[in-house]
Amino acid sequence: MTPVIDLRGGRKTYRTGDLEFEALRGVDLRIEQGEYVAIVGPSGSGKSTLMNVLGCLDTLTTGTYRLARNDVDDLDETDLAAIRNEEIGFVFQQFHLLASLSALRNVELPLVYRGVPAAARRERALDALDRVGLADRTANRPNQLSGGQQQRVAVARALVGEPSLVLADEPTGNLDSRSTADVLDLFDDLHEQGRTIVLITHEHEVAQRARRVVRVLDGLVTADEPSGARGAVLL
Amino acid sequence: MSWSETLATAWHAIRAHTLRSLLTVLGILIGIAAVILTVGLGLGTQKDVSEDISALGSNLLIVTPGSSTDSSGMRGGFGTAATLTVADAEALGSDVAVPDVAAVTAEKESSQSIEAGDANWTTTVTGVTGEWLDVRSREMAAGEFVDPGSVAEVVLGPETATELFGTTSVVGRTVSIAGTTFDVVGVLEAAGTSSTTNLDDTAVVSMTAMTSAISGGTDTSVSTIYLKATDTDAVSAAYQEAQSLLLALHGATSADAADFTIDSQDSLVSTATSVYRTLTVLLAGVAGLSLLVGGIGVMNIMLVSVTERTREIGLRKALGAPPGAIRRQFLTEASILGVTGGVVGAGLGIVAALTLPAGLGSSVVVSPVAVVGSIAVALAIGLVFGVYPAVRAARLAPIDALRSE
Repeated sequence: MTPVIDLRGGRKTYRTGDLEFEALRGVDLRIEQGEYVAIVGPSGSGKSTLMNVLGCLDTLTTGTYRLARNDVDDLDETDLAAIRNEEIGFVFQQFHLLASLSALRNVELPLVYRGVPAAARRERALDALDRVGLADRTANRPNQLSGGQQQRVAVARALVGEPSLVLADEPTGNLDSRSTADVLDLFDDLHEQGRTIVLITHEHEVAQRARRVVRVLDGLVTADEPSGARGAVLL
Repeated sequence: MSWSETLATAWHAIRAHTLRSLLTVLGILIGIAAVILTVGLGLGTQKDVSEDISALGSNLLIVTPGSSTDSSGMRGGFGTAATLTVADAEALGSDVAVPDVAAVTAEKESSQSIEAGDANWTTTVTGVTGEWLDVRSREMAAGEFVDPGSVAEVVLGPETATELFGTTSVVGRTVSIAGTTFDVVGVLEAAGTSSTTNLDDTAVVSMTAMTSAISGGTDTSVSTIYLKATDTDAVSAAYQEAQSLLLALHGATSADAADFTIDSQDSLVSTATSVYRTLTVLLAGVAGLSLLVGGIGVMNIMLVSVTERTREIGLRKALGAPPGAIRRQFLTEASILGVTGGVVGAGLGIVAALTLPAGLGSSVVVSPVAVVGSIAVALAIGLVFGVYPAVRAARLAPIDALRSE
């Protein structure tokens, strides 16, 4: 079976004037369909760069990256946009909901760029909001929702396009502990439904909810092991 | 992303900043309204003048003293030299020398105070020869026209009669002009006002009376000679004949040495039209400058909008918006601002053009070309000044854009 993520010899070099900075120094990462993986590491470790590469928001300097059978190395901006639209559902730390749109319209956005007709779009967005438990908040604007609810709208937006990969960048970083638990429970449910989830975090408790933890330090993967699963949270 | 989707998104973004969008639109709106109004006024004046000249009759030739030697049509000594005389007018009446001229009249004008009892009115008194009524296309309302040989007969315009006597039934009354008593023998039919002259406020006497009683003496010069060609097709032939006859009479050897000018209605219309067209273009150009300022306003606001919505752009890109879709969205926003300004401005310009003439006393022609053209220009302004902000938005890297605060 083709892995969802297949990254080989991934290097990323940033250049500012004469200074060169190697954010990724040869990363190999393979993530199979249905896995729930946490990528952890301190700030400056390269985990944000890794997340940008995995999310097709940035391209490698050298190495190859295949996302769900798509070779993304030589794609231009327009094709990368299409890949992001089809294959990736993003969840961001700051939610990134558009303030002037209702929850429903926010969730519809990825389908707008995919060219799904309005009626089908609406149906799928309502369904996605229902799956995150916000069926009764579809008409609310983001500022009429709590932080936890906003992040659940963002998760619904990530799910609506049925992507190969849900990519969450510090999804609980702006949430209180109750909302954090809510959102992590939601990820557990998604995992049980067979979704592939990659979660970037620096919080140990959050990482332990995943089934596999990848540690990144100084641009290299330093550890890649199964987590203690649910039991670890209680310890 | 479909076009209707793009339009809806752009409209939504514009609505989100109503006041700012309205102010931006205002810049375009004023420019467009100004262009439509100035072009309308220019065309209106042009039309008024052309109509006045056309009212003279299409087979009319007008001979005035002074030469037109310059190719640009500028006249040296126009109206000052007294080179035309009653004798010239009489010669031009000859069927042999100028067979294509059907009728001739000469005019000599003088501003005079006319008295009737206690009433006193200053108007233009015109001494005339020949078939004045026929050539100038006037009719008698009452009485008859002055006898060419009379020295004390006057025909009054209806307005002059009313000013002096309070009525137009004045045949048989007497007035005093320059100390001479004149019998009112007739009243002219009303002919309205041309742009330059009130045709109904006038007093007409014979040239004989003009020379002896009013200008007092032997001065036989005239201010204008009007020739009526036998028909419209004969105007050109009549022009040639009149010119050679007058050149011969004045002892001039070539047309360049002429001390008179012959104009046809056509040449007057084309001169006037070209003058007013230049004016119109000039005014519209000045108004067009304000459009440019409006366009810069659009660009300014769009740049602010791109900066303000950097995170939105980043998010849309992360969710799969290709650069083209982002570019289209911002271009559409700019175009909507431009077109809205254009349509509302055109509406305002048309309303102003329809209401202003009453106050200005000059007609305004709303030209469909100017209306459609300015809306198209407004759209073009939105597009042109929207390109740079839109390209900037489309070039934003999604990661940087998402991280911006």
